[in-house]
Amino acid sequence: MTRWAMAIDLDACTGCEACVVACKAENNIPVVGESEAAKGRAISWIRVERRLEGEYPHLKASFMPVLCQHCDAAPCEPVCPVYATYHNPEGLNVQIYARCIGTRYCGNNCPYSVRYFNWFDPEWPEPLEQQLNPDVFVRSKGMMEKCTFCIQRIRRAKDQAKDEGRPVRDGEIQPACVQSCPAKAMVFGDLDNPESQVARHAHSERAFRLLEELGTQPKVIYLKKEEWRGGQERS
Amino acid sequence: MVGKNAPDLLWIDPDLLHPLGKTSRGFHIAVACLGAIVLWALFCWGYQLYWGIGVAGINRPVFWGVYITNFVFWIGISHAGTLISAILRITGTEWRRPVTRCAEAITVFALLIGALFPIIHLGRAWKFYWLIPYPNERGLWPNFRSPLVWDFLAITTYFVGSTVYLYLPLIPDLALVRDRTISWRRWLYGVLSLGWQGTRCQWHSLEWAISTMAVVIIPVAVSVHTIVSWDFAMAIAPMWHSTIFGPYFVVGAIYSGIAALIVAMVILRRVLHLEAYLQPLHFNYLGLLLLTMACAWLYFTFAEHLTVWYGRFPEEMAVLQSKVSGSFAVLFWLMVVACFLLPVPVLAFPRTRTVAGCCVASVSVLVGMWLERFLIIVPTLSHPHLTSAWGTYTPTWVELSITVGTFAAFALLYVLFTKLFPVISIWELKEETLRAQPTEPERKSHIPLFALGGGLLGAAAGLSLAVLTSTAMQLPTGGMPIVAWPTVGIVTFELAALGAIVMTLIRFVWEKREAIR
Repeated sequence: MTRWAMAIDLDACTGCEACVVACKAENNIPVVGESEAAKGRAISWIRVERRLEGEYPHLKASFMPVLCQHCDAAPCEPVCPVYATYHNPEGLNVQIYARCIGTRYCGNNCPYSVRYFNWFDPEWPEPLEQQLNPDVFVRSKGMMEKCTFCIQRIRRAKDQAKDEGRPVRDGEIQPACVQSCPAKAMVFGDLDNPESQVARHAHSERAFRLLEELGTQPKVIYLKKEEWRGGQERS
Repeated sequence: MVGKNAPDLLWIDPDLLHPLGKTSRGFHIAVACLGAIVLWALFCWGYQLYWGIGVAGINRPVFWGVYITNFVFWIGISHAGTLISAILRITGTEWRRPVTRCAEAITVFALLIGALFPIIHLGRAWKFYWLIPYPNERGLWPNFRSPLVWDFLAITTYFVGSTVYLYLPLIPDLALVRDRTISWRRWLYGVLSLGWQGTRCQWHSLEWAISTMAVVIIPVAVSVHTIVSWDFAMAIAPMWHSTIFGPYFVVGAIYSGIAALIVAMVILRRVLHLEAYLQPLHFNYLGLLLLTMACAWLYFTFAEHLTVWYGRFPEEMAVLQSKVSGSFAVLFWLMVVACFLLPVPVLAFPRTRTVAGCCVASVSVLVGMWLERFLIIVPTLSHPHLTSAWGTYTPTWVELSITVGTFAAFALLYVLFTKLFPVISIWELKEETLRAQPTEPERKSHIPLFALGGGLLGAAAGLSLAVLTSTAMQLPTGGMPIVAWPTVGIVTFELAALGAIVMTLIRFVWEKREAIR
């Protein structure tokens, strides 16, 4: 069985947010505008949280990209009344936009706050509509959305591998964020394949997962030499 | 109400049928004003449907706001009818007689209004019917593990049940009105009264049907607001995941329901000149009930907040602190005043437990309980687990207009109800005065048996629906098994109750028809 997961090395992350920009470009994420963003409606499937320690000029900053953790016991899944989100056989927490009726219960139940909602119809003033990714559904108002581990890239790689009569190689699938990271801090692969990089990172002594005590079984593995203590951060 | 305070038997019919005949200027003005407010609210909803739910103030992380507050509030109000009608009927409490129909009407209309809000708050409200399990070729099906689907089943069952429970005791009064009217009114009441002739057998069947319904409707009412509370308690958001929510919400519902009933009775008493029927003693008893519920409410609120404070979970302390001393402190302490500190002294002393005193206390309770629902929802959602996602919420004119509009819609429905049906049960008033002691049932009725049968049928239907369709869909969610038995139990219970209610009505209509021959 395949179980897609991601490992992020927080000792390497510089907080540059290239992953954030790449995700927005790849997944047709709308720009909501300044006034809507001020109301807390900006959409960012991956966001970089920042922790500052100390006083200027002896400041220490660390960064943590937070995206959908594709939890194996995802609290967002059972509460959807119409099965718009469920766990697929490859371990992804999938979001079916066309099925969503917009109750937003999933958004309330996600402890990582990684779910985002389309409050209005997104707009792409010309010529921005020309840069939309044809492999990705363009959402309309009333739908919930979130990181899909770039499922369109997973599908393309699997189709390619099937055409060539071989299994998918480790590291062949790179979601947009993984691909764009200049520090090479992110790795994506199959957790059930013991040879994969992700599986090896999962057993590293630096490995931890976010909000693990809630029992959500998240599949994003963070690596950090010292303990990451959650605090009063603002992203 | 036998004795010197009893209304004069001769005047019961003319007094209680008087509003049905004529409409006054006051009535026209009331309908016009309420109608205008409702139309404005409908326009606002249309505006929201066209532009998107973004015209409301909700955002990330506060995904639910005033609309869900209203939903919980109105479903809570709907518990008035059940408590007064069913429990007081079963316990043989005589003072309930003039009050039952007012209460039952509140339940039906409050449910109607309350059930609108889950649709209003949807991002794609025009697809709301996807919550209904209907056969289709698109692979769509509701998820019975979701508390929102339990909501849908519970509210539907309660709505059918409370409509039947309002309708059955209305039948003899409908026949009374039928026999006194002409033309379209005679036709309308004739159809609605199902050919009621008032024979012995028919009265007998009616008593059995009402008693059966009273027994069935109480667990349904308890389950409805418990299930509504589970919209929050099933979630792992800070200060929501609490086992106390079920009983807490039921107590709060009964509390706000009695308050709404008192306010409705005060208005009816004045406008329809029913001072001889809705007497100070009724307000005295209802006021005592309200006082009891105030104490129960305080107990649950204290227990909930103490447990959170003592446990000192950081994510819960953030929410608690924001309520008690932070950004929600003003609303929180206003709620405590409105729900307890103001009403209790008024209700505790007989000298202030008058009609006016009960009215003041009840209005205070209604304001306080609305705030309580708001404070359960918004502080928690404003403070999710990850502090970077903390946010604030301000309702917009759209949400406030729709809120006011639904209050106006409720009032409008009630006003129209009082014009078409006698708002106090005529036959039940007469029954108390005319019958010296309760009589023994002469003939067995099969209504309870049919109700039981209907319940078993409904249970089987609910069980198969949840189990078989979940197995067919094979969509895993949240690491739960495909057939999650506790959730299956909820679906089974609600459909069992629906089956019992429907079979009670069917068997009553059948027995009543047989009784004419």
